[in-house]
Amino acid sequence: MLDFEKDLSVLDQRIDELKQLSEQGEADFSAEIENLAAKQRQIAKRVYADLTPWQTVQVARHPQRPVLRDWIGLLFSDFIELHGDRCFGDDAAIIGGFATLENRRLMLIGHQKGKNVDENMERNFGMARPEGYRKALRLMKLAEKFSLPVVCFIDTPGAYPGMDAEARGQAEAIANNILEMSTLKTPILVLVTGEGGSGGALGIGVGDTILMMQHAIYSVISPEGCASILWRDGNRASDAAAALKLTAASLMELRLVDEIVPEPPGGAHRNDEATAASIRTVLLEHLKRLTRIPVSKLITRRFDKYAKIGQPL
Amino acid sequence: MGWFSKKKKASPDPTKSKDVFVQCSRCHAHIFLEEWKEQVKVCPRCNFHDRLSARERLDLLIDAGSFHELGKDIRPGDPLLFADARGSYAEKAEAARAKTGMNEAVLAGHGRLNKLHTAIAIMDFRFLGGSLGGSTGEKILMTTEYAAGHKLPCIIVSASGGARMHEGMVSLMQMAKTCAGVARLRQRNLPLISVMTDPTTGGVSASYAMVGDFHLAEPGALIGFAGRRVIEQTIKQKLPDDFQTAEYLQEHGFIDCIVQRTELKSLLHSLLVYCGCS
Ligand SMILES: [Zn+2]
Repeated sequence: MLDFEKDLSVLDQRIDELKQLSEQGEADFSAEIENLAAKQRQIAKRVYADLTPWQTVQVARHPQRPVLRDWIGLLFSDFIELHGDRCFGDDAAIIGGFATLENRRLMLIGHQKGKNVDENMERNFGMARPEGYRKALRLMKLAEKFSLPVVCFIDTPGAYPGMDAEARGQAEAIANNILEMSTLKTPILVLVTGEGGSGGALGIGVGDTILMMQHAIYSVISPEGCASILWRDGNRASDAAAALKLTAASLMELRLVDEIVPEPPGGAHRNDEATAASIRTVLLEHLKRLTRIPVSKLITRRFDKYAKIGQPL
Repeated sequence: MGWFSKKKKASPDPTKSKDVFVQCSRCHAHIFLEEWKEQVKVCPRCNFHDRLSARERLDLLIDAGSFHELGKDIRPGDPLLFADARGSYAEKAEAARAKTGMNEAVLAGHGRLNKLHTAIAIMDFRFLGGSLGGSTGEKILMTTEYAAGHKLPCIIVSASGGARMHEGMVSLMQMAKTCAGVARLRQRNLPLISVMTDPTTGGVSASYAMVGDFHLAEPGALIGFAGRRVIEQTIKQKLPDDFQTAEYLQEHGFIDCIVQRTELKSLLHSLLVYCGCS
């Protein structure tokens, strides 16, 4: 639980107690429960309207925040996971496959974090190795071949900084994905759901439209890493988080993100179904729009979109 | 020993005429300045390749008088109005300009290499560690676009610690911007030769430096994605000494040729000839 969530969790407990009592037939507490819930919504709204960048980082990394597997269950049907890079192995930190959103078939690719220690060991905390990026590219090429749009869900602290990953060419794998995505002949829709960690995020993050969840972050370096280099003090992460302009709102202002997907008060982890509903609406709207654009035009636009980032005034 | 022990490392100031020797920062041998210059800052004893400035590299590779610079006046932007505990990014960029006489961490343009026309971008590590900012990416893209537009080959000499944190996500997006430029060279069957010099790491290694048709590297150059310290902290063990060297990368299949600096120009020329450039 995060510091600024304390009031909310006290109310959670109180509501749970009353619900239990109600169920045991002690008395009818429904009026009081509704009262507390309303109060809780109010607090959540107030607290979450005013998160600092560092608090946003904590929400984006919240241990209860839905991960890709959750989103697949909440949003997509007929998911067929496709495994392996056909070269070295199958990275569990990036998963992908065919999926259907309402009646739209697409290729879904994303980082997979865990929600407990075991899952995180299996998923390497969502930190992919080269074979993960190469699997992702293989699936994107399939999507191109069969004229399906690609949807990428981004949620990673970064590419895995390990000896094996370097030996197998982490830099080359990411670079090649970025290059190939810039000219992939099918629409690419990117949604940053949690943590957008630097090159590890961009390795599956180049697209026609970049969306970001309201409380997601996207940064060139972790606030902790930036603080330890530029502030020479890892504890100044909150200062670094503010300076890096890594929130969805800041990145909208910088025009690096095209649209923010709103989250319910209290964040995605307090109401995953409402969050999924707002994701669905936004994804469908953009898929509808992007699939109508002729591919050659799409690729020219994609080039122009990136070419103008960081252009001198 | 006093008269030369003052020199701590290589790269002497040429204006100080009394510097007759240079001390190699790897093997600590004392090298005659004349010989040092002749070897283009390569130690004749241990083959240490000291870093070159972009201008020095240009003089090494491009025929005298043939270079036309692109984007000379492009300077770093400050999209985040970034400041940390030690001052503002704007001040740091200004200090880098004063120190190097360059406006950005890359020298871009076109010229002739043994008479062959080529577009070329050369990074300079002295300018904010060769970091990849918005204007750095702009000049790389300018170079690839010039090559694409004029049907020229493209050479990129990298020297970079990676992304420029002070520009936040604008910096990260330069990886996509520059690779989009490289993709256009591929579409036109124009060769890209990536020359990786010490160091080529982080966001530069994970973008245009690693998507060339040919990957050349200087002996001993540090090349890799993640930093050594970060990896050691993650895996909680010491890394071997040769980890992330040019030789290590070649052994693992990511470098075509490791090339002596004095032979770099002639190798580039031969490759361009094989690619049908004239
Ligand atoms: Zn030496």
